[in-house]
Amino acid sequence: MTRTTAAAAAPQQPASPLDPEAAISIRGLVKRYGERAAVDGLDLDIRRGEIFALLGPNGAGKTTTVEICEGYRGRDGGEVRVLGVDPAKGGRRWKADLGIVLQSGAGDSQLSVRELLTAQASYFADPRDPDEVLELVGLTDKAGARGRTLSGGQRRRLDVALGIVGRPRLLFLDEPTTGFDPEARRQFWSLIRSLRELGTTMLLTTHYLDEAEELADRVGVLARGQLAEVAVPTALGGRGTAPAVVSWTEDGARRTAETTTPTAFVAELAARFPGEVPDLAVSRPTLEDVYLKMIGDRS
Amino acid sequence: MTAAAPERTALPSTGRVCRTRAGVELKEFFRQRESVVFTLLFPVILLLGLGAVLDYDLGAGVDFPQYFMAGVITAGIVGASLQNMAIHIAGERSDGTLKALAGTPMPKSAYFVGKVAQVVAVTLATIVILLLVGVLVFGISLPSGSDWLTFIWVTVLGAAACTLLGIAVSSLARNSRSASATVTPIALVLEFVSGVFMPFDQVPGWLQDVAAVFPVKWLAQGLRSVFLPDSLAAREPAGSWELGTVAIVLGLWCVVGLLLCVRTFRWQDR
Repeated sequence: MTRTTAAAAAPQQPASPLDPEAAISIRGLVKRYGERAAVDGLDLDIRRGEIFALLGPNGAGKTTTVEICEGYRGRDGGEVRVLGVDPAKGGRRWKADLGIVLQSGAGDSQLSVRELLTAQASYFADPRDPDEVLELVGLTDKAGARGRTLSGGQRRRLDVALGIVGRPRLLFLDEPTTGFDPEARRQFWSLIRSLRELGTTMLLTTHYLDEAEELADRVGVLARGQLAEVAVPTALGGRGTAPAVVSWTEDGARRTAETTTPTAFVAELAARFPGEVPDLAVSRPTLEDVYLKMIGDRS
Repeated sequence: MTAAAPERTALPSTGRVCRTRAGVELKEFFRQRESVVFTLLFPVILLLGLGAVLDYDLGAGVDFPQYFMAGVITAGIVGASLQNMAIHIAGERSDGTLKALAGTPMPKSAYFVGKVAQVVAVTLATIVILLLVGVLVFGISLPSGSDWLTFIWVTVLGAAACTLLGIAVSSLARNSRSASATVTPIALVLEFVSGVFMPFDQVPGWLQDVAAVFPVKWLAQGLRSVFLPDSLAAREPAGSWELGTVAIVLGLWCVVGLLLCVRTFRWQDR
């Protein structure tokens, strides 16, 4: 049922066996709530070391898929392996390799930020130093503060700190930046990039397309319980080969042209002008454009 | 901390995680002003208030504060176990604390060990404070000899039964507020019909029979045997303290509570 395009970095083969090397490997996943299939025959491989963003409208099955991988929900059909283990049978050893940042956050506590991290670290085999983690998420100044005195963005960073203190090989981030102001989101993105450098595989769900484009090695678009497409962000929905729009200013007026050969077109333009082409811009459809078209087509 | 090590590093022992959880649970309780006032101080206020106002003579030289010690300690134990567990676990379930814990490699048993440690600490603190107030303010006479042994086993069995029931009841509530609104009136009613606030023989007979189904009445009766002279056993329904029955009923409620916990406990909403 999976639709793939020539531009997809790794075409999904519905009939192929589970990939034992993948961080997450899913074949034919089905989850029903009553009559409704929230996930309806999903195939997906997430490679070790990559950041994979799962996009999709509310109700498309993002959280259901992620929570099946995390071991929180059972499934009605299909095969799932997370770090080589079936999440329905994952034990303590398996959980010690995961970091989970839930959509709902970690809950209320009377403990200080550092006490929470120290307690969380003590459940894991090879945890990070809580103070190093505080430094990494930028909460060092708040180490002694209780959870309830933190701002929304600080609380979310605490959730991430709790998710990474166990030194996970695979980190789940379910809508990690909802409610962040733009500056907090930029800070969060640089945190995620530094985790990538430490070799952590990440599965991210988000509503923010700029976030997916900024962070993800590949994105997958979920619509009605199936993967509409998996691609690198710049190629999703044929973005890489779609006609480009070239615009410039000539004789005091704004000119635009749509072309499939923007390089040649710009070369021609450059030849017509003595120096710089005034106000030259070349644009492709944004990720948001192709995403909205993609989920619109399917719903 | 070496880069190659993480693959096979041993998980922490269950015992170590249990100690962590016990520390977490004690901090969670004693740092929250509402729970300290509601659970620890409420029985003390009851004792001071009712002890000062009510002026009974129950015969055999027993005044109301001496009678009420058994009752108020029962209320303290029920508050520290049944109400405390039901309200706080419902809260931890609705705000996602339980779900987050279930996603870590923490052994599930360590969570319950931490809760037991909290109940033990709060129960002990409540009893010590109530005994101190009883002795210093009302001059009650403390148990003597083998009564201390009875005091200990009745408290342990009663607290265990109420803790298990509290954990089970927490699954019925949507959040800590609805748990509080449900379990607080139930606990109060059970305490009223179990002779906690007034001599048990003043409770109507049919209500005595209803109370006899639940653990609170047997907890209170066992504690009365500790704080009252044996001559007052004649005023109990059976004409004796029935300590054997106290042990059996509380033990049965432990089994029922455990079965309910195993069947109903959920780590997440829905």
